[in-house]
Amino acid sequence: MFWFLEILKATLAAIAVFTFLAVVGAMLGVYLERKISGWMQSRLGPKHVGPQGLLQTVADTVKLLQKENIIPANADALTFNIAPLMAVVAGLLAWVIIPFGPAFGRIVVARDINIGLLFFIAMGSLIVIAVLLGGWSSNNKYSLLGGFRSASQMISYEIPLALAVMVPIMMAGTLSTVGIVGIQQGGFLGVGNWLIFGGPFPWWMTIVTVPAFVMFLTAAMAEVNRVPFDLPEAESELVAGYFSEYTGMRFALFQLGEYAESFAMAGLAAVLFLGGWHGPGLPGIVWFVLKLFALVFVLMWVRWTYPRLRLDQLLNLSWKGLVPLGFVLVLVTGWLLV
Amino acid sequence: MGELAVFIVLAVLTLVPAAVVVTTGNLVRAAMSLIPSFLGVTGLFVLLQAEFVAGIQILIYAGAIAVLILFVIMLTQGGTGLSIRQVNEQRLVGLLVAGGLAVALGVMLVRTPWPRSAGTLPASNVAAVGNAFLTDFILAFEISSLVLLASLVGALVIARREQ
Amino acid sequence: MLLDWLYVAVFAVVGIVMAALPLALVWLLAPRADYPQKHLTYESGAVPFGQAWAQFNVRYYLFALVFVLFEVEVIYLFPWAVIFRKLGAFAFVEAVLFIIILGMGLIYAWRKGALEWV
Repeated sequence: MFWFLEILKATLAAIAVFTFLAVVGAMLGVYLERKISGWMQSRLGPKHVGPQGLLQTVADTVKLLQKENIIPANADALTFNIAPLMAVVAGLLAWVIIPFGPAFGRIVVARDINIGLLFFIAMGSLIVIAVLLGGWSSNNKYSLLGGFRSASQMISYEIPLALAVMVPIMMAGTLSTVGIVGIQQGGFLGVGNWLIFGGPFPWWMTIVTVPAFVMFLTAAMAEVNRVPFDLPEAESELVAGYFSEYTGMRFALFQLGEYAESFAMAGLAAVLFLGGWHGPGLPGIVWFVLKLFALVFVLMWVRWTYPRLRLDQLLNLSWKGLVPLGFVLVLVTGWLLV
Repeated sequence: MGELAVFIVLAVLTLVPAAVVVTTGNLVRAAMSLIPSFLGVTGLFVLLQAEFVAGIQILIYAGAIAVLILFVIMLTQGGTGLSIRQVNEQRLVGLLVAGGLAVALGVMLVRTPWPRSAGTLPASNVAAVGNAFLTDFILAFEISSLVLLASLVGALVIARREQ
Repeated sequence: MLLDWLYVAVFAVVGIVMAALPLALVWLLAPRADYPQKHLTYESGAVPFGQAWAQFNVRYYLFALVFVLFEVEVIYLFPWAVIFRKLGAFAFVEAVLFIIILGMGLIYAWRKGALEWV
């Protein structure tokens, strides 16, 4: 009986998270992306569908639902269908450990797994397989090349991501996200103990936490194939990379998976470095959502500010720049903390 | 009772794709079937209360090694999805040897008095593993870094010899 | 603790079901006006030429290889990161040694050109 209740609770939590992702993440996120990119380019973005164009993504989704179901000739149908599903499931599972804030006396989080951060990084690894299988199954040279390049990029940035995450882990002594937010409470004005300001340690910890934060955001952008790291899917390059042959709803599912993952990365950055739900005045959940959207805005801002990196520049940045920097950061943090 | 049911589900999830891996002629299908097999093993580790090992099983096996295998297969001719013949003329001998081995292993498993540990599980899996690494098994920890270095150098020597 | 992973399993199943729902909807709603040219693979408008597989460079494999090894190293660092503060300076020195040995591996790969794309 106990297990049945727990399974029911888990199902409701999963449906709630998926709806939150689909509505806030995909619909609002895509709308914001188009509006913000429009304003940054001195144009207006979507305006006609619904008030201020808010229903634009709804209209797009309805359109995509009616697109014809085309599978290329000689494509491996099973893999062709599985790849977008894997991308969505990996993006959804990354949200299991992200805590929203305190409500009714408990922390709102799908499940605070003991090895939370390790699990999050593992989900980032699973998306690489989805990309690779998607690129291969289309039986198209462009898709295959795009899949390889995208997968190479994503795996190259997983090490800097893991090393950047290691710094808060070392400072908190736990892999659980709720635990890491826990050490960031209190402090000056509710803000002083955020890890980006050095956490509960003296101010000179910022020489490791600020670079770790920047490294995390950079690696996160590369993990989700956002500009300036979106060479594998750039329109002027290999058509659309690994999803050249994906049309209609399958394409939408790949995009949903990528958006879910990028929101999850922004959420995790807010949890690890910006104090999660701590902040003066407003209730915790509001602070968390504000920080999440602030970081998403930063991601969009970077998109329209920097030119796209070439693939070899991108890989050099990771292996010859961020990986050594990550190891140095870990060593310096260890030395400062001992 | 529930645990037995979960164990059976996980065992099926591990063994059926594993059977597909060794019998199918399509190399990419074989590599793909490794992934549910690894996830099944993750579940089995969780049933044994070994959280940390389950996490690194997903991260390393399903995330890194499966990717490596997929890369390799797609770079070779197997990536076109052509079918490879899976049996040769010595099927009967192979079957007899495999069957004999299975019987021997089964007899050994059933007859060995497996000791039951009286220990209790530590509160935090990862902290306990870290503690063990850094105090009791420190030599193994450092030697493993040497092993990783050796495998990196060896693999690079082999992979680059074709150039 | 088992409960945590039950949640993960339920999330995975619900995710698959909810992601497959739109696909099922598409299968119900989409038009079917099928002719062979629709299934041609895309090659910027030209008729597709040759097989989809060509002899790809070994550099993709080298990156995946170096990635696997460094990922395993990061795995070893996770338990150390959680517990090293409680074990004093000796634990820190052990990890310095670990990272230095693997840093030599990175330098070797760098010098031997395994990290070059071209």
